[in-house]
Amino acid sequence: MQKKKASRLSRGDRVFLFVNKIVLVIVFIMFLYPLLFVISASVSDPEMVNAGKVILLPRGFTLDGYRRILDFSDIWRGYLNTLYYTIVGTVLNLAFTIPCAYAISRKEMAGRNIVMLIIMITMYFSGGLIPIYLNLKSFGLLDTWYVLLITGLVSAYNVVVSRTFFASTIPLELYDAAYIDGAGDWTTFIRIVLPLSKPILAVMALYYGVARWNSYFDAMVYLRDRAKYPLQMYLREVLIQTKMVADSMTQSMDPEAVKELNRQANEANLIKYCVIIVSTAPMMAIYPWLQRFFGKGVMIGSVKG
Amino acid sequence: MKRKNSLLRFKDNLIAHYPLYLMVIPALLYYILFVYKPMYGILIAFEKFKMKEGILGSAWVGFDNFERLMSSYWFPIILKNTLMLSALSLLISFPLPIVLSLMVNELNDGKGKKLFQTVSYAPHFISTVVVCGMLILFMSPSSGILGKMLSMNTLAEPSAFKWLYVLSGVWQGLGWSTVIYFAALSGVDKQLLEAAEIDGANRIQRIIHINFPVLVPTITVLLILQMGQLLNVGYEKVYLLQNDANLTASEVISTYVYKLGLEQNDFSFSTAASLFNSLVNCVILVTANTLSRRITHAGLW
Repeated sequence: MQKKKASRLSRGDRVFLFVNKIVLVIVFIMFLYPLLFVISASVSDPEMVNAGKVILLPRGFTLDGYRRILDFSDIWRGYLNTLYYTIVGTVLNLAFTIPCAYAISRKEMAGRNIVMLIIMITMYFSGGLIPIYLNLKSFGLLDTWYVLLITGLVSAYNVVVSRTFFASTIPLELYDAAYIDGAGDWTTFIRIVLPLSKPILAVMALYYGVARWNSYFDAMVYLRDRAKYPLQMYLREVLIQTKMVADSMTQSMDPEAVKELNRQANEANLIKYCVIIVSTAPMMAIYPWLQRFFGKGVMIGSVKG
Repeated sequence: MKRKNSLLRFKDNLIAHYPLYLMVIPALLYYILFVYKPMYGILIAFEKFKMKEGILGSAWVGFDNFERLMSSYWFPIILKNTLMLSALSLLISFPLPIVLSLMVNELNDGKGKKLFQTVSYAPHFISTVVVCGMLILFMSPSSGILGKMLSMNTLAEPSAFKWLYVLSGVWQGLGWSTVIYFAALSGVDKQLLEAAEIDGANRIQRIIHINFPVLVPTITVLLILQMGQLLNVGYEKVYLLQNDANLTASEVISTYVYKLGLEQNDFSFSTAASLFNSLVNCVILVTANTLSRRITHAGLW
């Protein structure tokens, strides 16, 4: 079958497909290579890595880096905190977003366009950093375990996407049938609509979950107490803030000190590679399983409400 | 008479469908308390705000903070950097996913296509902090795999900052941005493609005349949406990649707002700067939408 098809191709098409494939292979490598390199570097002798001898496969295999970060209590505390922020936060996100999006997808609801407008405006206009900060302060929420759960509780974009999903995939006849069978709006939503909406629940959980797992800026602005920091804040200390010292000092020191500094820098780099793997692995493990749902999350604008 | 009718009907509707109205309340409460309520705090941009005196009690100074902003040393620099970073990333990051999705769509090997997509989405799921950490590791002039090949310290070089920002953004976002175009391409009429093939159209002609036009509405909407965000550069990433050496190229409005407001506690000045940012965004959005309606007869509203 495949062969038959190929033989029908004209010469120009075959050249095109060939060039197309070559370019895509190169692009593929560009996506993949940095990831493979970090994995290899995390289990290689750091001196080999820094000397540029690790190109693709690990050299001087070692698990020292991973052993060392087992003792980093900050990282693990951040990990636990982030699990809390991500899991509780995402559940709250869904509980606030999905019912709202469902309700405004129903034509029976009067005033749904006004609700939609109230939500849409926030996509383009907000109070700005300081007014939002002062507002959270006035509620006494700064530096508490709740503040990061509340910021970003409902995303306007996600409401629009979910509403579009409900409006375009749940047939109107189903609502009529449910009504005739005596089901009220609650029963219809919980027993009929939600079971049919697993794709959008999966996509929304993924969108919100990824955003919560990866964000650091809100934590930097609203939290002072290190014990409440999410993982990304500790990662920022390890990956970003330590670098300045090492790179700027090597320029103005005697050779012995430079050697010692280099050794320390090597070790620090090894730990950085390991920290990257440890902090990124959960997301890398989860997203491929949800990939078939991704298309559902972009139906924005395909149905006009 | 008619109004009374519609009011009555609304009352009946409210009673019959009260669960629908209840479902909206939590989200609306969130928006009112945490998104709309802070908007009145914008007033402090026109005040000499003092925490003790509160938003309503602080002295009114009119446009003083804006005048101070416009005449400040950093203003032209941050405006130029913000525009430069967002224009360059729009110019590079916007067309690439369109081309890539059309190319991947031509792969006739289903498994290869799936593998390509899975791998190309991966960087999207890596956090900004980690991506910047990787950049710093790779670009280090003494030990980085890329930094050693380049003859300069990319991280400290102001002229390199925009490329660092834009190209790392391409790596992180290109694959993910194709998702929306794949969804649109699944709506291409297969029969039309076959008919074109029978009529002797080659692959490239079919892409240009059949596949690409299917993407145009999506492209238009996305383009306008992005225009409205033109001054909202990815400040999270910019802030992480900033250092004293590259600050002249990397300070943007949002990072300036953060530093003024929460590091130097100049609340009024910071709010004035962020209000300026929002206003410019709105102007650009409206302009883009109007232009789009003139040219393509499609727009957000």
